[in-house]
Formats: sequence, C-alpha cells, structure tokens
Amino acid sequence: MPAEALKCKECSTTYPLEARYVCERCFGPLEVAYRAPASTADELKRRIQAGPSTLWRYADFLPLDRVPRSSLPTGMTPLVRADRLAERLGIGELWIKNETANPTHSFKDRVVSIALARAIELGFDTVACASTGNLAGAVAAHSAYAGLPAYVFVPGDLEPEKILSAGAYGARIVGVRGNYDDVNRLCTEVSGERENWAFVNVNVRPYYAEGSKTLAFETAEQLGWELPDRVVAPIASGSLFTKVARGFQEFIDAGLLSGDVPAMHGAQAEGCSPVAQAYAAGTDVCRPVKPDTIAKSLAIGNPADGPYAVDLARRTGGSIDAVSDDELRAGIRLLAETTGIFTETAGGVTTATLAKLAARGELGADDRVVAYITGDGLKTLDAVRGSFEVADIEPRFEAFEAIESGVAV
Amino acid sequence: MAVTIKLPTQLRGVAGGAAEAQADGSTVGEVLEGLYAQHGELRDRIAGDDGELRRFVNVYLKGEDIRFLDGLATPVADGDEVTILPAVAGG
Repeated sequence: MPAEALKCKECSTTYPLEARYVCERCFGPLEVAYRAPASTADELKRRIQAGPSTLWRYADFLPLDRVPRSSLPTGMTPLVRADRLAERLGIGELWIKNETANPTHSFKDRVVSIALARAIELGFDTVACASTGNLAGAVAAHSAYAGLPAYVFVPGDLEPEKILSAGAYGARIVGVRGNYDDVNRLCTEVSGERENWAFVNVNVRPYYAEGSKTLAFETAEQLGWELPDRVVAPIASGSLFTKVARGFQEFIDAGLLSGDVPAMHGAQAEGCSPVAQAYAAGTDVCRPVKPDTIAKSLAIGNPADGPYAVDLARRTGGSIDAVSDDELRAGIRLLAETTGIFTETAGGVTTATLAKLAARGELGADDRVVAYITGDGLKTLDAVRGSFEVADIEPRFEAFEAIESGVAV
Repeated sequence: MAVTIKLPTQLRGVAGGAAEAQADGSTVGEVLEGLYAQHGELRDRIAGDDGELRRFVNVYLKGEDIRFLDGLATPVADGDEVTILPAVAGG
C-alpha cells in the first residue's frame, strides 16, 4: 500500500511526500494518502507474519521508501488479558496494550521510529521535538541510535524523571518557561527557520502520526485478526486517538479484518480537557485551555487534532470523558494492583475513564474492550508518592513481628 | 498604531516572500484587515467566508493566543507584535 501523497484533511489538496504538515491553501493538517494495496489480504498477512517482531512488520502500511536496516526495536508490545480488572469493573473481556514495554517506555517510540526514518530519507541532519515528556526520551534515544544530534524542547516544569532520562541520551534539552502550548508555538517558529531540522511533531508530523496506527495493527493481530468492540485511549493532541481508528480502518479496507471500527472512547484529565468539553457541548470547536493537571503528558491545551477526535468519538458511538487528578491517581493504583502494570499519569487517566465508563454501563458484559496504556509509572513517581506507608524497623525478628499484624496482606 | 505581524513560512509566498509586515489598527482584527490590504491573497488563507479565522490558524498577541484574550476584538498598542502560526503542530 505505497504512500502516494500528502493530502489536506480539510480541503483535500495534495502535496508531494515532503517535509510539510500544513495545507498552504487552508492551513488544514496534512495526512499521508496511500494507493489501494496491490496485494491480496492473504499476501499482506503472510508478509506481516514473516516480518520482524517490531512495528516494521507493518511496512506495507507505513509511509517509507524502505524500512530502516536497523533501529531501536519498537512495538509488538504485550497485549495483556486483564481478567482481574475486568471482573472488578464488570467488563466481559478486557485487554491492556502495555506500551511501557517500548524502548523508552512509552508509545512515543512508535511515532518517532517513523518520523526519524522518514527524516533520514528526506535528508535532514538534526532531529527535534516539542515534548510533554515522553516524546523527549524517545527522540533522544532514537536519535542517539541513528547518530543524529537532537534538540528536545520541553516545558520547564516537566517531571524530573522525563528530563533526566532524555538528557541521559545526550540530547540538547531546552526547558522553555511556559506550558506545552508555549513550547509548541516556539517550535513551530523554530521549525520555519531551521531548514535542516526535522521536528518530528511539526514539519514531519504527517509521517510521525502514522506510527500510532501500529497500535491498532498489533492489537488486531494479537487478538487473532479480530477487532475489539470498544477502545479506551488517552487524548492529548488527539493524534493517537484518531490514528488508532485509522489503523483499524486500513486493515478492514485491506480485507485483513471484518467488521467496523470499534467504538472509540477518549480520556482526558479534567485540568486539561478541551476535547472532552467540546464533546460534552455538542460542538467540534475545541476552545483552548491553560492546563492544570498532574497528567502532564496529556497537558495540551490547544490540541491539533481535537476536532477530529470529537467527530470520531461521535461517529463510532464512543465518548470522551475527563477525570480528576484524584481519580487518575486511583486509576494508577487500580491498574497496578489488578494487572501488575505500573503506568504513568496518562495511563491513570485511561484507567479511571475505563472505570467510569464501566460504572456508567457503557462497557458491558458482552464487550471486548482494549485500553491503551501509553506510558510507564517510573516516569511520574510523584503521582504515587505518599499513597502507601513503608514500615521502618530495626533488623530484629521481634520488630518485624510487632508490625506484621498491622500490615495488610 | 503600527503593529508588527510575523508571518509563518507557509504564508510568505503570497506576501512577496516577507517574513513580517507592518499594519495599523486598534484591534487584532483591524490589524489583520490592514495586512490583507497589503497582501490580498492572505485573506483567503487566514480567514473563512464569515471573516472569522480558519479553524487551524492560530493568532497570538505578544505570545498569547488571542482566544484567551478578546479574539479579533482584542485591542493592540503601538509596537505590539502579532504572530500568525499553523495550529496543527505538536502532540
């Protein structure tokens, strides 16, 4: 299914497959358009199954001239059956797509894999990004592997774990005094002035965004080439949310799956919920907000794909919810204690939304549900600090016995 | 009152290659009208038929998104800087 052009999602103007992300006629976002696959479903499936245990197995559906000869192995993360959580919430069948298993512990390794490979094909010599945290680490690590210098722009008040882990790879970290939307505005300007820089989520964003489709491809393959009924996924810019649906649609169109795109349920934090607010208000106009939430990886007050996320949730019979910081903390705990997966704040938002949907009766006993856990709890440790007590004893058996009765088993 | 308008690379082609322009006006909307008067093609790129900004165009006054201010009616002062940028970056 070779990529054919970049196409404006608003006015359908097409452009060559270059480093551009905005329609010059209407400023709408550009998306990669493909020719219909020349292969049958059986041929496509055989090629996928014979491919590597990484996202490159889906090369037929990715916008690259060729798959990189080597790269940090990304994707094919576990799809974990979550029976204890399903039972707790009253859901028929629940699966967790555990994206903490990627090289830098978040789904961002996927989008960076595609963006970087395309950037190299297009001849760029420097990689950069505007990050809410997880992207910083992914850009830094994949650039290090490829041997390209990286500039990572982040809000100055980002979690220290995310700044430290990105800096460890040798990237130049630029802390910007402001929130993510300020960082994004700055990077949009810098991108226009640095012609040899590939900003993964600015000038090569159409390629970058395609990486999130692989979340859907893997899910379907891991379910034995079947579709889930419902998906719960976080919304920051709305890119992952909309591309997951597109991934399912492409597999359906190629004859690899039969059925419809799942009902798409989006999750936001109340302190930054422009998309949930638009959904609740019955409009697709996402009024920007000033984020105020501990879910910093979702703290985009001015979401680029917000209108499309709202449309998608409505069209598929899904929803978009927002949860409080306390609810997301409880979500982190709930996921950890029922599945053994420790997620960051964004995953807390997703799990809390899952619980909310179940309580509301939107996820039923007949539903097969997949929740996307996009990042690792080790990067947002403050979210669980103080949520339990650590016993402090002398190294004597009697001291242990004394506290044992008070410790929950 | 003269205001500096910074243009994104995507719009410079229809503004004679200029990276910025000067225009007069007492509000952001009036300044943009002044910009359109200099470069007619910019109107259709930035604004819809109803005169409102297209949905993927962001306009900032001194770094602040005008949707947090008073939109196109936001007052401007002499020497202010208005920045036009595409909205689709990031995430």
